Parts: sequence; C-alpha cells; structure tokens
Amino acid sequence: MKNIKTLNKSTYAKKSVNAGCGECQASCQSACKTSCTVANQKCEKKSKK
Amino acid sequence: MDSASGAVHVLSPLAASVLRQMASLPLPPAKQPPEGYSEEKAECWDELYSLYENGMLFSDDIDTENASYASGFIKSICLHISHDCNMRCRYCFAGTGDFHRGRQLMDLETGKNAIDFLLRESGPIKNLELDFFGGEPLLNFDVVKELVRYGREKEAPLKKNIRFTITTNGALLDDDSIAFINEHMSNAVLSVDGRREVNDLNRPFEDGSGSYDTIIPKFKQLIKDRTADWYVRGTYTRDNLDFAEDVLSLNAEGFDQISVEPVVLPDDNPMALREEDLSIIEAEYERLAKVMVERYREGRPFTFFHFMIDLDAGPCVYKRLKGCGCGAEYVAITPGGDIYPCHQFVEYPEYKMGNVNDGSVDRIAQKNFMRCAIVRNDECKRCWAKYFCGGGCPANNYGFNRDIEKPYKLGCDIERKRVECALMIKAAEAEIDSEREDS
Repeated sequence: MKNIKTLNKSTYAKKSVNAGCGECQASCQSACKTSCTVANQKCEKKSKK
Repeated sequence: MDSASGAVHVLSPLAASVLRQMASLPLPPAKQPPEGYSEEKAECWDELYSLYENGMLFSDDIDTENASYASGFIKSICLHISHDCNMRCRYCFAGTGDFHRGRQLMDLETGKNAIDFLLRESGPIKNLELDFFGGEPLLNFDVVKELVRYGREKEAPLKKNIRFTITTNGALLDDDSIAFINEHMSNAVLSVDGRREVNDLNRPFEDGSGSYDTIIPKFKQLIKDRTADWYVRGTYTRDNLDFAEDVLSLNAEGFDQISVEPVVLPDDNPMALREEDLSIIEAEYERLAKVMVERYREGRPFTFFHFMIDLDAGPCVYKRLKGCGCGAEYVAITPGGDIYPCHQFVEYPEYKMGNVNDGSVDRIAQKNFMRCAIVRNDECKRCWAKYFCGGGCPANNYGFNRDIEKPYKLGCDIERKRVECALMIKAAEAEIDSEREDS
C-alpha cells in the first residue's frame, strides 16, 4: 500500500492451533520484580520455531 | 493500532487525516469514499477500507463474554526462600524483608514440599516456573542450590521443565553463587536503581551506607559470561521522576538489558507516585523512547523491558484475556509454606490460600482469581490497551481500592503510555530498516 504500512505479519486475533495451551511464562505486573506484562511476552510455541 | 485485532499500521499524514474522517462517520465504513474526495484522499480511503475488509481496522472485539476461565493449574511459584534482607530499601514492599512478621528463612523440607506442590498442581502443563525471591534469596543460598537439584530430580519422570529464576540485590554474590546462577537460572533479575546517588539513597545497607559500589562490579561479573536472560532492574519514585537518566546511567555502566519500574506505595508515602505526576512520567517515557530510537539508528541499541513488544509472536488471545494469573496459575510461598496469590499479596494475611506443608488450597479463593481479568470490569473492557496489559495488577487494585477488580488508575495510565511508546518504537525501527534497505 502506498499510504499505509502494517507492521505485523500476524495478529493475536488470528486463531492458533496451540491457542490457550497454558505453557507460556506467567506474567506479572507488580513493581517489585521484573514485571512481565502480557505485552512483553512471547508465545511458548511460536518462540520454539 | 486496531485494538481488537492487534494490527499496527503506520499511516502517512494524509491517510491519518482520512482515518480520522472515517472514524467520525457511522461504522462500519462505507466502501465508497465520501463525495468530493481528491484522488489522493480516495486512494487512502480505499487502502483503509481494505484493512477493514481484512479484519485489521474497526474489527469486531473478541467475544469475551464467553471467555473461559483461566485454568486452575498452578504452574508458576514465587518462592520466598528468605524473609530477611541485608538491605533496607526505603520503598520495600516487604517491610525491609520480613513482611512485618519476623525474619525467617525457608527450611529445605518446606522448599521440597513447595516443589512437590508445583509438580502436582500443574497438571498437564510442562513448562513451569520457580522464582527464588524474598527478602534476599542469597541469605539462604544453600537451600536454593539443594532445591534446584531436587527439582531437576523430580521433574524428570514427569517430563516437566522447571525454569528456575532468581531476583537478588547482589550484595552477597561471589564466584560460587555467580557460577551456580549462570548455570541453573534461566533468568536473573539484578536489583539496582540507576544513578549512584539515587541507588544509594533508596537502597542502603543495614548500616545506612550505599550499595552501588558493592553491587555494580558483582553484576558486571555475573553478566560477563552469562548466556541466559538477565535484567538489571530498578525502581523509580517521586524523588526521581527523571528516571530516563537512571536507565541511561545503567546503560553507560555497560548494561543493555534494563528495567526501571514505577514504585508502588500507599498514597501517604512521600515517595509514592501521584496522579499529578502523570504528565511528567508520560513525558519521561516518551523521552526515553526517542533516545532508544536514536540508539537503534546509531547501531547501539539497548533493551528497556517495558518497551519490549512482539507484534507477531506475542501471546495468544487466551493468555491476553487472563493477564497475570495470580491466585490461579501463579502463587507465592512464604518461608513457613503459606500460599498467597502472589508475592504482593503476602502483605495481606487475609489472602492466605493454604500451606504447602499440608497441601491445603482454598479452591474457592482460587476460582475467584480465575475469572479472566479483562472481563471483570468495564474500565478494562473499554481500554484500547487491554490485550497488551492483560488486566492490570489485582494486588495493586486491592492495595489502592480494597477491591481486586477495581483498577488502580495511575497504573493503567502508566501502562497505556508504555504500550504506546513500545508501538512507536516498532514503527520508528521499521522506518529505519526501510531506509537502510533503500540505501
């Protein structure tokens, strides 16, 4: 597109075979350890590819 | 950013202007551009419409009304191996290390029961986490080492994998503990606040002397040969709202994986962040983000934890709905074996959920925490950043509002600015990459 550039190759809304597997790191936003918000994480399955 | 799909688009100024017009008209957008549009504007309209057709703009929100609960498999433990500390950090959430309940170290038996508990409660989940925390874990390091050995022995027949991590103030690091951490801990969080004067004011030893000159060389030694993850991690308070300087100071010391995070303290504490500080805090995150873009351009990048974002391999929607998982999938264990929804909740005895030494777990309390964070309240449902935030911090909600489901507003505002900055950095880096390819 001439006027728009989309940054993602895929988005979280797209269904995934491995969705909801529960294997990814627990996230935590608390201020007293590295607060791993959901946004800062990777999918366990995707990151192993 | 299209909140419901997670698609992020960089628009030309003209396309941005057309998008604003499109958003002001009734949705869904019409296929045909409005009357009187120039050829250039019509082209923008067509491109935006194409995004809408492909579910990447004005997309329908994910149906969270029928979202399933977070699983009740406890797969992550914060092990308070020590309720004692050799520092007296001014903002410590744990009341200088002992949670106001007397100094105590976890004995080996309780630690083993905690590992057995984790392996048993995690059900089918293979990837587990155990974070050595406290107080200061290095005060009980012999037990840490023995528990790592025990965990490896017990996980093997179950084909599970415990990721051990550690958070430490670094003061007691030596060759032996550094070698062990680098061999066995998949992440090491190294606590330091940034500039020497900031760190030494807020993170003194028991005798009041500054810790900076002790811990910095030890942290440098630890990371020198380390191949697994690590972060230096500091806290900013009302006393250093110019915290970008602390990030840059740590980077100047040679650390390139940095987290500096807002303090969480009751409103009556003079170091607590206040609503009226928000515009300064937001401006400081923006300033830091711009510096990081310039560093990327110069080929000298560094990682700032809260600006990390993966637009392609981030978590699935199910994870984004349930957020931190405290009390449901993640719990904290005190030296006496008491189970709490997280390390912050240890502060509140009314939230005790059981004990690993007798295996008791309050399943009703667990079920309460299992409700997906985003569906809990209207503020989350309406927030554009909800699928990046995951619903905020229930411990903060309780601390400030006495209600685990009522968001702590200042935390929300700060989180939104961080996500915005993270997205801006992604867009800027894409532009820099594109310029490099063209030249």
